[in-house]
This record gives sequence, C-alpha cells and structure tokens, in this order.
Amino acid sequence: MSVYKPEIECATRSYIRAVQSARLIKMAENAYNNVPFYKQKLDEADIKPEDIKSIDDIVKLPFTVKNDLRDNYPFGMFAVPQGELVRIHASSGTTGKQTVVGYTKEDIEIWSECAARSIVGAGGTKDDIIHVSYGYGLFTGGLGMHYGAEHMGATALPVSSGNTKRQVQLLQDFNSDIICCTPSYAMFIGETLRDMGIDPKSLKLRAGILGAEPWTENMRKEIEKLLDIKAYDIYGLSEIAGPGVSFDCEMQDGMHINEDYFYPEVIDPDTLEVLPDGEFGELVFTCIGKEALPLVRYRTRDICALITEKCACGRTTVRMTKPRGRSDDMLIIRGVNVFPSQVEHVLLELGMDPNYFIVVDRKNNLDTMEVQVEMTSAMFSDTVSELESTKKRLESALQSTLNINATVRLMEPGSLPRSEGKAKRVNDMRKI
Amino acid sequence: MFIKQLSVFVENKSGRLAEITAIIAKANIDIRALSIADTTDFGILRLVVDKPAEAEKTLKDAGLTVSLTNVIAVGIPDKPGGFANAMQVLADKEISVEYMYAFVSRDTDRAYLIMRVKDNDAAASILGGSGLELLSEDDVYKM
Repeated sequence: MSVYKPEIECATRSYIRAVQSARLIKMAENAYNNVPFYKQKLDEADIKPEDIKSIDDIVKLPFTVKNDLRDNYPFGMFAVPQGELVRIHASSGTTGKQTVVGYTKEDIEIWSECAARSIVGAGGTKDDIIHVSYGYGLFTGGLGMHYGAEHMGATALPVSSGNTKRQVQLLQDFNSDIICCTPSYAMFIGETLRDMGIDPKSLKLRAGILGAEPWTENMRKEIEKLLDIKAYDIYGLSEIAGPGVSFDCEMQDGMHINEDYFYPEVIDPDTLEVLPDGEFGELVFTCIGKEALPLVRYRTRDICALITEKCACGRTTVRMTKPRGRSDDMLIIRGVNVFPSQVEHVLLELGMDPNYFIVVDRKNNLDTMEVQVEMTSAMFSDTVSELESTKKRLESALQSTLNINATVRLMEPGSLPRSEGKAKRVNDMRKI
Repeated sequence: MFIKQLSVFVENKSGRLAEITAIIAKANIDIRALSIADTTDFGILRLVVDKPAEAEKTLKDAGLTVSLTNVIAVGIPDKPGGFANAMQVLADKEISVEYMYAFVSRDTDRAYLIMRVKDNDAAASILGGSGLELLSEDDVYKM
C-alpha cells in the first residue's frame, strides 16, 4: 500500500482545510484581479476577494457553468497572458465551439502530480511500464496520464488509442504493467485477446486505470476477468484539469479527490444549495491550486455523493462515488462528450431542419451513435446517389464537430418522436 | 416529350409499401409502371401513374416525402435486340443512364423503357432523332 504524497493525502483533516483555505484566498484574488468575467461576477454579488478568509467562505462565491467558457471563448477565462501558458487542451462545447483550457508550467506540474497519485493509487511504481491507450491530442486523457507516469518516474508508453492488434502486440512484447484507457476500450482489448486466442494470464499486465466515461461495477468485474487485472476508476474533466481529479485506491470504494487542488462540493442542481456529505447531488469543483484557469465553483453536471469516512487505505482525502448520471443532457460516447445541441448546430449549418433523434447503443462493448434525420422535400432526390451523398455530407460534418463517428439514418417525415414540451432527442440504450 | 414520375421516400420496414400503395389505391390512382431503388436503410419508390399531380398531392397529404421528376418513356420492339439497340444509341453519344425500368404492353408487341438521365433534353433529341418512339404524357397515362 503506497501513497504518492502522504504528507497531504494522509494528512489530518485540519491540515487539509488549512491548505485549502490558504489556496482559496490566493485563488480568489487571482480570479478577481485577472479574469474580467470573475471581477464582474464578484462585483455584481458585492463580494471582494478580502471577504474570502477561509475555505468556509467558498459558499459566498458564484458558480461557473460550461457556457461561461463558451461565452469567453477561446482565452477569455484565462488569468494569465497567453505567453505564460505552456499547454492548451480542448473538449466538446455545447455547440460547435470547443471548451478551451490552458495550463501554466505550474498547472502542468500540479496535474501531473495528481495523475501520478492516481497511478500510485492503482498500485503503480516507478518500475512499471504505463501503457497509455487514451487518445493523445486536444483530449486530456493521453497526455494527462503520460505526464503522470513520467512524474513518478515510471515508463510512459504513449500508444494512444486505436489499432487494437498492435496494442495487444505491445502488451505482449513490452510487458506493460498498467494500462490507461476508457473502460469500454479495455473491454474491447479483452475481447480481442480472447478472439486472438491469447490467455490474459500470459500477460504481465496487472492493473487498468480506466475513465473518461461512466461504467458500472458489473463492467469492472467483467474487465477484471477478461484482462486478468484489477480495474481502477479515475475521474477528471478538462475544465478542472483532466484525468486525476479523483481516483480509486486499492479498496476500490469511492474515488479519492485531490482536494488540496480541487475543492469539491455537492449541490442541489435546482436550489444550488450545498448538500450534506453523503447526499447525492451535482458535483462542483473549485480549482484552488491552478493559475491559468482558476475556475470558481464549476458545475460539473455529474451526479454523485461525497464520502468523508476515512478510507482503509490510509488516505484521509474525501472520496466521491462513481457518477450516477448527469444534471444536463450531455452524453459520453466512447469517452467523448457529446451534447445533443451540437447535432442541432450541424443540421442548421447545413441548412437542414433541426429535426433529429439520437440513438446511443453499445455493440460488442463499443459505443455506437446513430443520428436519425427526417427526410424533407428540400433534401429529397429521386436518385440514390444524391441521397447517399447527403447522408455522407451530414456524417462527415458530425464527425468534424463531435469528434466521433456517427452514422446517419434518413427517416420518413413524422417518424421521429414528437412531444408537447421539451423534445426528447436521445435514446440511450446502453446499460450503464 | 417527358413524362412525370413520382418518387417517394420509404423507410425499410415491412408493410410500408403496402401502406403507401394503399393510399393511392384509395384515391383511385392506377399505376402504369414502378420500380424500387433500395439501400440498407431506405428505398425510393418510383411510380408512373395515370394522374401524377393528384397522386403527388394525395401522398403529400398523407405526410410522405414525394417529388415529381421528368423522365423519358421510350417504346421499343419487344424482340431480341430491341433493348440493346436503344442502349447503343445512348452509348454512341456518351449519355449515361441514372436509372431505368421497363414494362411490356398488354396488347401490342411493344416494350417500354422509363429512364432518367442527367441531361433529359439531349437524351430525348438523340433518341427521337434515331427513330425510336418517344412517348408523350398522354400516351403513358392513358395506356
């Protein structure tokens, strides 16, 4: 049982709170003085940075939502000049625009340390080969775990996603110890092993650090059996940092939040009141340690509860349950965040009626997304080739906006569900 | 010179063709010729009927996506080589056919082709100029 940073991860609660208080005070000043958006928000609420004297004062601060990032696209929420940034990542926004996040050198250091704590939480050591099968790029998954592995002195193997047979080959030839990917991809690799007739016991692999999409305890058991590993959950979102905001320890009983950098609250999404520990509500984070993007009470839209009882692993940090849903309509498909409004945006851009229905399913353990679109007179043609090119045009526009493959199904008019109030746009048939 | 063809968007599900054709049957519309183009997800039902404008309205009122397209109807002798000959005429002038279907008549020794090409005018003048019989709307609708 090893802990990466015991002086904080196993510290007394009062020590952790003191660290949080000191950081919140500094962060409130940074946000107020350097982010016009926060200056305006605090001025409107008649709050001065001086009013923030301890972590208990956090409830005085306003909330931040994803659309605030969109409204200040691309760099308007940054508290430092662009020259101070050493990295930019981006994830899906609610419409065509990406949610952009930036990091100073110190921010990358913090994030890498948090990712390293997560790898150690999964039993990783500096002698391990960390096989990173998250995508590398604007998505935080790949580079986040990569830097975490390097931070702790382990060997990072930047495989990135895709080409599953090559993944298997590397697992066999390089003797990777820990794999980092989405749980659905871990399942897929496990099934590929089985199909190739490879006994998972013949691999050195002993753990998976799996995240970026919701999964169940049943999936955990299945992955553990298929790959003959222990499967650890990891949580993160690019707005807060990336993977490593919280992580499973060997007890696999709630994810430890790196709360010295990311202060968690759970609120009632309707009343915005902070809920008592243990109650389910919307998870909110404040980035008390970050310089470039000091998000204040950022509403993650993930529904979970905080666990404050001390964990048997020895860590004293607060834990969170697996997210059990969302307080908005965001879908996570193959680890990619998808908002139905993005589909609407694509249809309108192409001059089509925004009449659509999304069907999400999981086939052979991989998520599939079908966008059903009603055929209108304007889109119709008497030749198959023209209809197929309309379909392809739509599919490629969806691919470039959503960053995942979606198949388009052209439907007869009137065949999509209609409703009186808020339109039902999604049927998620996955059992997660 | 051209005749009207109805094109109807149809989802691939069983019973759909019966439902759609029942709509025009109820309006007392007679089908002269038809073909179906199909893909995995959907099909296009193409119809030549006796009252195209009425049929279009009836189907639209029933909520279907319908379009009226100009196509060419050509009469050819119903004997070996009749069809090949007509195709050779188009091939010589490098006119390519987007789609086509055919039917034979009840009481003559003629066969009829319904075809859609990229450039209808060019194709019609070539076919007409080569001595092939081009059918008018009346010829077809009253058949």
